[in-house]
Amino acid sequence: MTGDLFYRSISELSDGLARGQFSAAELTQAVIDRTTRVDGQVRAFNSFAPDDALDQARAADQRRHAREVRGPLDGIPVGIKDVIAVAGQPLTASSKMLANFVSPYDSTVTARLKQAGAVLWGRLNLDEFAMGSSTENSGTVKHGEAWQTRNPWDLSRVPGGSSGGSAAAVAAGEAIVSLGSDTGGSIRQPAAFCGLVGLKPTYGQVSRYGLIAYASSLDQIGPFAHSVEDAAITLGAIAGHDPLDSTSFSTAVPDYRSELKQRRGPWKLGIPKEYFGEGLDPEVGAAVAAAIDHYRKLGCEIREISLPHTKYAIGVYYIIATAESSSNLARYDGIRYGHRSADASDALDIYYKSRAEGFGPEVKRRIILGTYVLSSGYYDAYYLRAQKVRTLLRNDFLAAYQSVDAILTPTAPTAAFARGATASPLEMYLNDIYTIGVTLAGLPALSLPCGFTRSNLPIGLQIIGQPFQEANLLAIAQAYERDHDWSQRRPALS
Amino acid sequence: MSAPQSPDFDLDRLAELARLALTPEEKARFAAQVGDVIAYISQLKEVDVTGIEPTAHAYPLFNVLGEDIVRPGLPVEAALRNAPEQRDNMIVVPKVVD
Repeated sequence: MTGDLFYRSISELSDGLARGQFSAAELTQAVIDRTTRVDGQVRAFNSFAPDDALDQARAADQRRHAREVRGPLDGIPVGIKDVIAVAGQPLTASSKMLANFVSPYDSTVTARLKQAGAVLWGRLNLDEFAMGSSTENSGTVKHGEAWQTRNPWDLSRVPGGSSGGSAAAVAAGEAIVSLGSDTGGSIRQPAAFCGLVGLKPTYGQVSRYGLIAYASSLDQIGPFAHSVEDAAITLGAIAGHDPLDSTSFSTAVPDYRSELKQRRGPWKLGIPKEYFGEGLDPEVGAAVAAAIDHYRKLGCEIREISLPHTKYAIGVYYIIATAESSSNLARYDGIRYGHRSADASDALDIYYKSRAEGFGPEVKRRIILGTYVLSSGYYDAYYLRAQKVRTLLRNDFLAAYQSVDAILTPTAPTAAFARGATASPLEMYLNDIYTIGVTLAGLPALSLPCGFTRSNLPIGLQIIGQPFQEANLLAIAQAYERDHDWSQRRPALS
Repeated sequence: MSAPQSPDFDLDRLAELARLALTPEEKARFAAQVGDVIAYISQLKEVDVTGIEPTAHAYPLFNVLGEDIVRPGLPVEAALRNAPEQRDNMIVVPKVVD
């Protein structure tokens, strides 16, 4: 009865809960059992607390009993990336710096999920402080070993990053949906690598209150799910204005799920020629081309467009993101919270040694780069110039949206790559080419499964929407999803 | 990928500004890796940005004001729960002034 509950959709599960076919406690137990069975291989979780989850689930069952159900997420286990604060739970950012930190308060998104009745389940692994594209930069140590998340489709490959744990957990049936955060592609790329829908909302659509800051002008929280509808339901629960985040927008939040039924297209879809050049794996290119063809068959008008400043996006990103992160991470000084070096002699020594011991290599590299681009004499040449090129990148998108409703591209140039690949940091950065411009422009975008490689690895189609038009973005994605069964496939984990 | 190191890239000075103690091995590795990235991002110098306004946020909001009302804050015990060392409701640090 409850055997495969962990792979069902939110609407199937909330229907089953409503009919009394199973309880939220049984559902949560099924997810806990699945996690206990597979997470030794997948390593998606930094930590989890089964008793706490079951308490939440029993509270959901009591609400149902009292006919006080709060909506489709009531009783549904949702995994949370370990940079998003959940009151009373660990918050490590997969860093030794915060290995013993416990959140004193809830983030706005987790407060809203609780309000919606969701069962908050576990702390999901990531690249340390969300810096990376493979989750190999995780500094988590568990059971005495380095705890890096694997791709459930092929355990020898990465799940993507930085939200690799959030993606792998849903792909492996260890959570029904999950939350991640996206700064340069950290939701979309792992969603593509793990065969999921992953949505980065418009900058300002979801509150960042209680999200550990990496690059504050870019960070956004968003959902991972098996289906567009599940992503729509989860987004609906977390989106909307928050007075605790001064960059949060007060646009109305539609009922994304019912909007899916209203919006049927056809749409004008742009194909940016700069996203289909050198470096794109032929299998990925073919799958994306087939998806574009499908939209054409659905009656959509496909237009070639140009985003001429695309080639500068990675340079702009690694200036702006590292500048902001060097500033944001200055707070980890070993004084008020976080790791404090045991052999520091004075206050200054505490800073130097605690940061040296607490941060891993990628975090240190980015702090150094960010310090450089902000330092006296280089600010105009790097940071200010990058902000101006950011304007040009954004203008490229806004100009394209004069003639198209959305833009289709690959999410990543390749499917999931092997763990332990010896790429240099710069080579790793270049993999983010298709996701980074979108974040700099603050646009909403999602990754949608659009096929598999011959070695059975998922491929992602990126759909980039207009600002605050997530409802359209989701509807466009569902128009494709409806006619394909990629999202029904599951990895062969034992 | 090898690229010429930026001539004005002083790792010791940056590590000092960032309050990061680096080992000799880290210095050697980071000098090359960060140097590569600086060489790469220098391509932005070829873009004509004359008359272009900088973008700090994609959708900037200005003068976002909150209501000036008293609300309960974090209790002292909760605020200090993550302190590395504490005593008498205060965080303990080494002596800073002789």
